[in-house]
Order: sequence, then C-alpha cells, then structure tokens
Amino acid sequence: MKILVCISQVPDTTTKISFVDNDTRFNEDKVQYIVNPYDEWYALVRALELKETLGGNVTIITVGTSAVDAVIRKALAIGADDAVRIDMDPSDAFSVAKSIADYATGKGYDIILAGKETIDYNGSEVPGMIAALLNLPFIALGSKLDIEGNSAVVEVELDGGIEVIKTTLPAVISAAKGMAEARIPNMRGIMAARTKNIEVIPGTASALVGVKKFTLPNAKSAVKLIDPDNMDQLVELLHSEAKVI
Amino acid sequence: MSKDRFQGHDYYQIDDLLTDEQKLIRDTVRAWVKQEVTPIIEDYAQRAEFPKHLLKGLAEIGAFGPYIPVEYGGQGLDQITYGLIMQEIERGDSGIRSTASVQSSLVMYPIYKYGSEEQRRKYLPKLATGELMGCFGLTEPDSGSDPGSMITNIKDKGDHYLLNGAKMWISNAPFADIAVVWAKNDEGKIRGIIVERGMEGFTTPETHDKWSLRASATGELVFDNVRVPKENLLPNVEGLKGPLGCLNSARYGIAWGVIGAAMDCYDSALRYSKERVQFGKPLAGFQLQQKKLAEMITEITKAQLLCWRLGVLRNEDRATPGQISMAKRNNVNMAIEIAREARQIHGGMGITGEYPIMRHMMNLESVITYEGTHDIHLLITGMDITGENAFK
Repeated sequence: MKILVCISQVPDTTTKISFVDNDTRFNEDKVQYIVNPYDEWYALVRALELKETLGGNVTIITVGTSAVDAVIRKALAIGADDAVRIDMDPSDAFSVAKSIADYATGKGYDIILAGKETIDYNGSEVPGMIAALLNLPFIALGSKLDIEGNSAVVEVELDGGIEVIKTTLPAVISAAKGMAEARIPNMRGIMAARTKNIEVIPGTASALVGVKKFTLPNAKSAVKLIDPDNMDQLVELLHSEAKVI
Repeated sequence: MSKDRFQGHDYYQIDDLLTDEQKLIRDTVRAWVKQEVTPIIEDYAQRAEFPKHLLKGLAEIGAFGPYIPVEYGGQGLDQITYGLIMQEIERGDSGIRSTASVQSSLVMYPIYKYGSEEQRRKYLPKLATGELMGCFGLTEPDSGSDPGSMITNIKDKGDHYLLNGAKMWISNAPFADIAVVWAKNDEGKIRGIIVERGMEGFTTPETHDKWSLRASATGELVFDNVRVPKENLLPNVEGLKGPLGCLNSARYGIAWGVIGAAMDCYDSALRYSKERVQFGKPLAGFQLQQKKLAEMITEITKAQLLCWRLGVLRNEDRATPGQISMAKRNNVNMAIEIAREARQIHGGMGITGEYPIMRHMMNLESVITYEGTHDIHLLITGMDITGENAFK
C-alpha cells in the first residue's frame, strides 16, 4: 500500500488573527504554526494504521517555503516514512493541487489522503482538485476508511445517517473526524525523524486567484439578560436587534 | 478536575531561541501531559497514590535520561531539551516530575558519570525504558543540609561490602528496583554503591500522611547488614562531589520544572479572572488583580530567561554550581509565590481540586526544601560572591 498524505501548516487555534498590507495578507508576526488537525489526526494516522496492517509506505507532501519544515518534522515524528516539500507559497488551491498532482503523476500511489479542510481558510478544495487533475475517484469527508482487496470502503456521515461508499483504487479521499484517533509522537519517532528524507522540488503551477481584501467579523457583543417576567421585551429584541424572528 | 485548557506563555518570544526539535519535544510532552496526566492527577493526589501506570509513557516521551548518550539507551539530547521536558511534566505535577528527575539525574547520571562500563551497560538501557526504576539515597534522619555528617556506611568484607544505615525522604523508594546509595567507607570517605531490591536486609518502608507530593511515592531506605557485591561500587568518584554532581543536574531540572507549575497557576488565574464577574465586570479589570497577574508573567519571563541561559552554559559545560543554585532558589520561590497569589485570585474555588492551584502550591513546599533548601542555596550564592563560608 503506497500512500501519499497531503499536509498543510495552519496557525495554532489560539492565534489572534489580524491582517497587514491594507488587509490583503495575514499577519504572521508571533504566530505559532501546527499541522492542520484534519491532516494530522485523521488522514496521516489512518494512513499509518493501514501501513501497519497492510505494509507499504507513507509519504507526506506539503506546499510551502522552508518555514514549514517544523510541521513536516512533526508528521515524520508521528511515523511518516519520508516527505516532499513543494517549494512555493501556497497562495491558492489550484496551484497547490496542480503541483501535488504533477508530483504524484506516475508514482503509483494507491491512496492520496488529505484532511477534509484546513482550519485557516477552510476551502475544502485541494483534495477534489487533485482527484480531478489525476482523473481519479474522489470521496470527500470520510469518517471511516477500510481497504477491501483493491477497493476502498469509506463511510461518510450524513445528516442523521451514514453513507457507505466503495471505490476502486487508486483514489483520493478527504478525511473527517472519526477516521482515526490522534497520535502523540514518542521520543523514538522524534529521533527517527531527524534522519528521514525531505525531498524539495519546485512548484509547477501559478495561482489563478488572489485575495483582494480580508475583513474580520464584528466583535461579539455582551450577552443581554432579560427578566423571565418580561417576555415582551425579549420578543421585541429578537425582532429589532437580533433580527431572527 | 475541570478540562485542561492550558496554553503556554512566552511573553518575550523565547521560543525564537529554541530549535524546531526542542519545540517539537516540548509540545509533544505538553500533549502527553494533557492526555495522560492532568485528567487523572488530582484523583491520585487526593488518594495519595502514585500513578504507576504513567511510567511506560514517561519513558516513551523521553523523560528518563534524555541527555544520556544513545549507546546507553538515552536520547543524547541537549540540556535545554531536558529542561523543557521537566517543565512540561511539572506543569502536570511536581511529583511526576520528581520521579523523572530522580531517574534521570540521580540514578542514570551517577551511573553514567561515575560508573564502570559494565555498570553502564547493565543498568542504563533498562532505566531509560522504565523496565528498571531507581532512587537516590543521600539524606538521613540526622543528616539533611549537612550530608557530610551521614552515618550510613560500608565495611569491606573482602569479597563484598556490608552496608548499614538508613536514608529518608527518598522519592520512588517504595517501588524502586535499584538505589544509588551514598555511604562512608572504612576510611570515612563517601562512596556511591548500587543496591538492588531483593538483597537481604534491604527494605523500603513508605512515608505516609504527606501534605505535599501526594501523587509521588516517598519512602525510607533501610540497610541492615546488606551484603552488596563489590562490583556494585561506583568506581570513579569519591567524596561529597559525587552526590553534589548529581544534585547539580537535578537542581537544574527543577529550575526548569517549576516554571511549568508556575505557568499552570498563572494560566488558570488569568483565565479565571477574565471569566469571573464581580461588581459588574471581570476580576481581570480590577487593578489589584492586574497587579498580581502582571507580576506573575514578569517573574515567569525572568525565570524562563534565567533557565535558557543556564541551559546554554550547561550545554557548553560552563555552568557553575553557584549559578545552578541561584536558578533553583529563584525559580522555586517564584513558583510558590505565584501559586499563592493564584490561589487568592481563584477565591474559594482555589482550594478545591477543580483547579490545580492548591496541589501545585503544596507540592512546591517540598520542592523549595528538597535538593538544597531555599536558605542553603542562598548560602551557596553568598559563599560564591564573598569567598566566606557561612554554613558553619
């Protein structure tokens, strides 16, 4: 089983978000980066579980400058065998997907896994684009992934139910919560990551879209407490201020 | 205990001084502590029981002998990484950090530094994996800050040593497989010797009713005519410099460790003061509370910088015992003061097991006393800067 796992670095969830350059660029000052949780906790760990039961190899791939090497080392410490870094600024989904697809072409991966979305821009675009560019089947939002012969059986949670989807391999699958349990690397893994190879290659595509402007959401206002005996005021506020009825 | 919402505090961007690997290891231990330690530690502390099931995980995250060379089962890591591991474990609990400190600095370190090649090969790899646990016997009922007055002794009996005496306040004693014991020989010189559980006449009664380090096992080591093979003597050190060398390593780890306890108290107090509303606004909006919080982060930041610099000096093998004493004394006092202030910010909630504050505060009462008391470290600094010995 030869698996390629797409990982991305994202700001730590406690980051205070602000923008620079006339609100066109995320302010990276003092930002701590982590591996995108959907990529790490679910896609990568399930890939490692499959390798542990079926044998094979898990390669991680990411797009970014050398600044992302720290998150690559973490993924290697968790257990990936080797890594590829596409050396360019990941400024839009297409350039990322095209560069990854070009790398994967002809490499014989059985599965390409990615998190269902990154927790910074939440685009959910890259895995589907990779599948399209490679002309492979794509299953989004898999919360369970098993291999049966030459097929992948994926469970996808629907509103109130579960859909079970089967596809032949190779395929591209995006991972949602439930596909695996997060793993904490151990010291043996961290030490082994020191000597694992990170292949650095150039990107093969340019961005097609760019950000014109970011705007922060309005600050949350304080909670208003209404006396239980004053239902009329509550209804009035729901009409006039909250505008929900 | 309520959900662990801890996040680290780095007011001076000291992370910029750390390598990616140091940060990865720090964050890994932090994640492990959140997953394995904080959910259970309050319960174990309340019941005064050591969570022995954590030993395997402690070994896997590299808490046992991280700076011991790889060929002996350690990780060959630098001193700053060792400090960061201690910091994160003590963020969970000083008692668990004590177990890791003892295993690393007081058992593995002397065997590595003063032991024979056979002793290194026999013990270190098993100590690194936690297959063997160790303890360190220096303090005696009548010999605390003055270890040179010890009466525990070894007599040369030709093919073995006969060991007699007693040690007390020994972390890990109740479950340790081996003990590194310091005893006077026939010439009155202090020597180190490895005593193994099961040797006839060697017992380890547990110390009960502690109000501090309740989730850590403490006991005595009692030696009643214990026959110890001659090959168990640590051959490469003689005199007080043996145990003091170990204590330098352990004290350095403590200086880092208590930053973890202090950060946990500050982090909880900061969050609580933002969430708790009195007189129509959060506690954090009152000047008296801001004074407490601002002083806490100031002291934590100073302690972090002290430790980082001390770590650099230790990596270059240039740190002096006086410098280590200063860091241990300053940082433990910093942590205990922050625990006390944080307790006040939490009001009545601060005395409950819902929050980690009171447990940290009580733990730190041991930490400020063991491995050289607060006062003794002051005298070490005093002697270092004046050249005058004020110990006696």
